[in-house]
Amino acid sequence: MTDTSQSAADERLKAEPFFSRLMKRPELGAIAGVILVIIFFSITADSTMFSLSGVINFMTPASQLGILAIGAALLMIGGEFDLSIGSMVAFAGLFFGVCVVTWQLPLIVAIPMTLIFAVSVGAVSGNLVIRSGLPSFIVTLAFLFILRGLSLVGLKAATGGSTQLRGVREAVEGDWLAPFFSGDAFTGLFASLAKMGLIENFKNGTPKVPGIPVEILWFIAIALTATYVLLRLPFGNWIFASGGDRNAASNSGVPVNKVKVSLFMLTACCAALVAIITVIDAGSTDARRGFQKEFEAIIAAVVGGCLLTGGYGSAIGAFFGAIIFGMVVIGLTYTDFDQDWFQVFLGGMLLIAVLFNNAIRKRVTGER
Amino acid sequence: MSEDTTFHHGNAPETAPIVQMKNIEKHFGNIIALAGVSFDVRPGECHCLLGDNGAGKSTFIKTMSGVHKPTKGEILFEGTPMDFSNPRDAMEAGIATVFQDLAMIPLMSVTRNFFMGREPTKGNGLARRFDIETANEVCVSEMRKMGINLRGPDQAVGTLSGGERQTVAIARAVYFGAKVLILDEPTSALGVRQTSNVLATIDRVRKQGIGVVFISHNVRHALAVGDRFTVLNRGKTLGTARRGEISPEELQDLMAGGQEMAQLEGSLGGTV
Repeated sequence: MTDTSQSAADERLKAEPFFSRLMKRPELGAIAGVILVIIFFSITADSTMFSLSGVINFMTPASQLGILAIGAALLMIGGEFDLSIGSMVAFAGLFFGVCVVTWQLPLIVAIPMTLIFAVSVGAVSGNLVIRSGLPSFIVTLAFLFILRGLSLVGLKAATGGSTQLRGVREAVEGDWLAPFFSGDAFTGLFASLAKMGLIENFKNGTPKVPGIPVEILWFIAIALTATYVLLRLPFGNWIFASGGDRNAASNSGVPVNKVKVSLFMLTACCAALVAIITVIDAGSTDARRGFQKEFEAIIAAVVGGCLLTGGYGSAIGAFFGAIIFGMVVIGLTYTDFDQDWFQVFLGGMLLIAVLFNNAIRKRVTGER
Repeated sequence: MSEDTTFHHGNAPETAPIVQMKNIEKHFGNIIALAGVSFDVRPGECHCLLGDNGAGKSTFIKTMSGVHKPTKGEILFEGTPMDFSNPRDAMEAGIATVFQDLAMIPLMSVTRNFFMGREPTKGNGLARRFDIETANEVCVSEMRKMGINLRGPDQAVGTLSGGERQTVAIARAVYFGAKVLILDEPTSALGVRQTSNVLATIDRVRKQGIGVVFISHNVRHALAVGDRFTVLNRGKTLGTARRGEISPEELQDLMAGGQEMAQLEGSLGGTV
């Protein structure tokens, strides 16, 4: 160990420049994307977009997508897909709505029940994928339709014919747990900051931004936790290994099936969390909740550097991928562009990200 | 042993074998893959298992490493009968197998591959985490012992050459306390230079007192490093020979089943 410097020097190795080391990070593409999008909107958009209220404006949809995207990213690193995330949001939303409105349960009961319910559905689809050996694409595509259909049927049964279940806001009002899942945090801090004139005020002295919406805090907390798990826990190593090569992983003693099923359960759990947050926020739940979110979540994960083949990617990348998404969907309203450019942008971004990821993968593995 | 007489059986063993396989039979339905194979490996020796494609080498090592259960026969590990129900059991007992696909993931770093499934941790309870610093240190120093200087512990396995990957797999098995190391055709896909590196690694491992089972169908590679040679043909052992007791030609003939090879060799001018 004492001759490290001497023996580490191999005459055939060039010193690796900082830039090329940076190129090997999976989240680089997403960070570069964020910078590009910021430059684009600082030129084209109204300057209020990057004021505090503008940032909160685009961070809210980014967070709702991002919670899903981080789950999807971990699952993709683990080598599987889940196309049923969006339908799961609707289905978990229905279950949560029924718990709160029809059964009048307090949140302390309703929230764990919803999460457990979603996680068990995730366990079913995960086990189906693992045990049948079918591609997760097909199995979860089936669940996309099954869960969406069940949400419709269930909503009609619960409401007597309507596809919207109202009355959630009234039902959770005053519940001590509600502030953790809806509304704004740090309102006191923001009010005093406004008083001191440090943030924008309305004319009557109340702050324009009353606080940080709780979903943003959930989003950040989940991104940090997921990154810690991936990079600093044995389980994270197992996720990379399961996605990289399941045979190699299980020959080395990694419980591949358990890892994969638990990742399916995790994505379902993320979907349920988004359902709870958005249902309380909207005060109602409907069958279109989470529509096409599965694709957006996968796009955010891919933009964040996840390979479609698994074994590579990062949660922080998905975090930035979701922020790009939020900036574009909201940012276009600050510009003179037609908002429908959004879809074109989304597709283009996906294409560029995939090409970019492919190049990165070749760099990492030294393929020529 | 079989009735074949061209082999001289070894003298009484100087040291007790670590693993002893007695008359192993393995049937898959009506197919008899192994029809009575006996084999043993002692500490600090390299025992080569030779055989042509389809001879039953893979089935045999899978039986040894706990993937398959023998239909008949006995496995003794350090003198006591063992009944491995899965590869994990065999691994824990100290039988490590380096399969042809190496169980390596190209996109992951050398360290993460090295400790895959057996990550060192520090801290307790919720703070229990992958001790990446220790893992990196151990990985770099173990690789240096095997004669490979990594660019860094975070270098992806995909950037290593085939021989280096083989060495990582061997170093990993040795580090995790293998008493017997089974190498499944470690040199079959390698160039000349890389092959000699792997053979040198086998020699290093043997000197540490580990019993090496070297599976190959290349007689030259086997003779370069082996102490004893066992030939497997059509699910049976044709016998075991010690180093110096058998010529490459004899081994080659035995692997191919004798006659046909003699005819072939005539037309190829002894080049195979």
